[in-house]
Amino acid sequence: MQDLASVDWSRAQFALTAIYHFLFVPLTLGLSFIIAFMETIYVKTGNPEWKKITKFWLRLFAINFAIGVATGIIMEFEFGTNWANYSWFVGDIFGAPLAIEGIFAFFLEATFFAVLFFGWDRVSKGFHLFSTWMVAIGSNLSALWILVANGWMQFPVGTTFNDDTLRNEMTNFFEVALSPVGISKFLHTVSGGYVTSALFVLGISAYFMLKNKHFQLAKKSFIVAASFGLLSSLFVLFSGDESAYQVAQKQPMKLAAMEGLYKGEVNAGVVAMGILDHSKKIGDNKDPFILKIEAPYILGVMATRGLNNFTPGIDDLVFGNEKFNIPSAQSRIDSGKIAIKALENIKIAKEENNTQKVKELREVLQENMHNFGYGYLDKPEDIVPPVGLTFYSFHTMVALGTYFIILFFVTLFLSMANSIEDFRKILWLCVFSIPLGYIASEAGWIVAEVGRQPWAIQDLMPVGIAATDLASINVKISFSLFAVLFTALLIAEIKIMLKQIKLGF
Amino acid sequence: MYELLQIYWWVIVSLLGGILVFMMFVQGGQTLIKCVAQTELDKDMIINSIGKKWELTFTTLVMFGGACFAAFPLFYATSFGGAYWVWLAILFCFIIQAVSFEYRKKPNNFLGQKTYENFLFINGSLGVILIGIAVSTFFSGSDFALNSSRFVEWNSPLRGLEALKNPFNYILGLALFFQARVGANLYLINNIDDDRLRAKFRRSLKINALIFVPLLVLFLVAVVLADGYHISENGTIVMKEYKYLMNLIEMPIVLGLLLVGILLALFGIYKGVFTLSIKGIWPYGLGVILAVMSVFLITGLNNTAFYPSYHDLQSSLTIYNASSSLYTLKTMAYVSIGIPFVLAYIIYVWKAMDTRKLTTEEIENDDHIY
Repeated sequence: MQDLASVDWSRAQFALTAIYHFLFVPLTLGLSFIIAFMETIYVKTGNPEWKKITKFWLRLFAINFAIGVATGIIMEFEFGTNWANYSWFVGDIFGAPLAIEGIFAFFLEATFFAVLFFGWDRVSKGFHLFSTWMVAIGSNLSALWILVANGWMQFPVGTTFNDDTLRNEMTNFFEVALSPVGISKFLHTVSGGYVTSALFVLGISAYFMLKNKHFQLAKKSFIVAASFGLLSSLFVLFSGDESAYQVAQKQPMKLAAMEGLYKGEVNAGVVAMGILDHSKKIGDNKDPFILKIEAPYILGVMATRGLNNFTPGIDDLVFGNEKFNIPSAQSRIDSGKIAIKALENIKIAKEENNTQKVKELREVLQENMHNFGYGYLDKPEDIVPPVGLTFYSFHTMVALGTYFIILFFVTLFLSMANSIEDFRKILWLCVFSIPLGYIASEAGWIVAEVGRQPWAIQDLMPVGIAATDLASINVKISFSLFAVLFTALLIAEIKIMLKQIKLGF
Repeated sequence: MYELLQIYWWVIVSLLGGILVFMMFVQGGQTLIKCVAQTELDKDMIINSIGKKWELTFTTLVMFGGACFAAFPLFYATSFGGAYWVWLAILFCFIIQAVSFEYRKKPNNFLGQKTYENFLFINGSLGVILIGIAVSTFFSGSDFALNSSRFVEWNSPLRGLEALKNPFNYILGLALFFQARVGANLYLINNIDDDRLRAKFRRSLKINALIFVPLLVLFLVAVVLADGYHISENGTIVMKEYKYLMNLIEMPIVLGLLLVGILLALFGIYKGVFTLSIKGIWPYGLGVILAVMSVFLITGLNNTAFYPSYHDLQSSLTIYNASSSLYTLKTMAYVSIGIPFVLAYIIYVWKAMDTRKLTTEEIENDDHIY
């Protein structure tokens, strides 16, 4: 019997690990490229100032990288420790991207990492630069494969259920690897990471400029960060739009929660800003918003790439909408239960060697397989994720993304005009914008992961079934240990980082 | 075809296990800091020497996990989910290692230099011994059963820690710990250009080898005398006397690998203790990889259950019932073609970086030391 408290604690533990891990990953993704650009300029120009600049950012990169690795190892093994049923049910598919990540990305990173830090006087300039690029490519490739795996959980493709082995099995690797959800998640996540890194470099450089310390070196870094940041933030806009479209097509409930949209609309508007009414219940006629500023048509266009199309809301997805051919959650639950029952009966028919019955039941199973996970839900409302958290996280991310584009545009323009030092308030704004990149990144992950609840694998497996059969006391203890350890390491990281920044170039 | 690929992937997992154990010289070096280093400079020399390789050990561990997940997902789910506390304890030991090299000497490091050095010691000792104990359950079995959906049901509330109650499991745990220290001494002899330190490492090598070799012999004797979990012709799992000894006899290539591995490892130790050669690490390293690989091979091949359940024999995992589908194994086999290229650039970079040995001057003048 599954201990439900243990499921919730496992969710909390995974969320804790992911949140901590993603405090470090975005900086690794982007800073590795920023450093590679800086070192390339050094190798091209031979100007030792650029070497000094590269080495300064490299020191900060190393401090961040170490803790990123420390928190990252947990992610891989937690699939086994806390989500064992999930690991078996989909390991045939999910394990492959993780193994490829290990072979092609992790080793690339790990091997050239040593050259990056200890190779300055041991290998040639060219080979060192090559190693720097390999570390950057390796860390970004790593993100690609893990996001392919995550994309598959959001939109399972290239797979079929095998009733002999009682699990999902891969039937088309390229469908998994090139899934539009996985690719758009990758592009959006890494470009978001580049923005966070650019803000980090921009803010610290601005601080040095304000304090008139290492002014020329800081200004050079500032220009690199502003250029990289502007390009990245514009790309985030594009990839974010594509991500939202994919969500609308494959996870309409998540989109509805992101927008607080209860009743579907034709030509739906996007909520630019809003305050949700927490007393709103699914299916009632209450306005979900206490306050709302809406831009008309935009959500409809984002979600359907056209005008006069219907965007379903939470109520439509829970209770169904015949006009737009949307089935109710209850009908999907019923269909899921038929699939589960058919699977049980297949087992009995196999024991009886009744091949005809097995064949018939298989057809029933396949017909209802797309609703398999629904069969484990108790009531239609279970398909609704936490709306408030998803809505506010999404809007925080979008608002910050818009602000970043403006900030990078202004800072790059003023840097090119060679007058950024005259705008001290903007420089201070850059300093205070450093944490905003992290907030936007974390908010993005909250949207992606909270917004897809209750699913471990969309429509196929709810989290309650995915978890390891553990007494909750085990997970409570491990959660507490992780929380203490990660917090201690985070404090250590911040203190060391601040000291290194203070020591300067 | 399917069976061939299942064997192929067990060989790959075994090879990764061998490489992982060899790379544990990093962990061994972490435990030598307290025993061999007399001055702060000695300590820095050891840490900076092994610190350049820590990422590779870490990555091999992750890769080992990834390969198990991809090729034998039922093992991944059963062992990690079931033996929860053993694996979490191992993970904790590795988390604290990852930051320690980088943070130990950095100003304002909050927890203090000593704490990070203790972290390194914990990872090098407890982490390695626990991995040995976990692997030892491949022979001694675990306390689980699989339900009708093939989901794991662990029968001990200790969730894996019950393996600590079996004295047999400690033999491999301790053997692994001392082999890591032997490897570390040989690596440090090779990597650090300092006669005084080299003499210390040779002395330390002698002591650790004197403990390691009898433990290794004891482990091998215990294994060849042990009953094993055999897959009978009708597919059921039965206990069989001298199963692992029979596996060695029936798979002469594996026996050959084991013997060559042991001889090479002993030759490496001989070079380190009795000659002035600094190259003992290479025969030793190759020997460890081959020997460990062959130990893994006798647990999974020749109709053997590699992850046995002593609670319910029929729940035991074999390379046949625990593996991925034919399609996934085939796809992953194509992916594995990349492994030689990965190994090639690792060897190239290792060579490029280690051609010039570590000196005290470098430690005193480098702006990025651990």
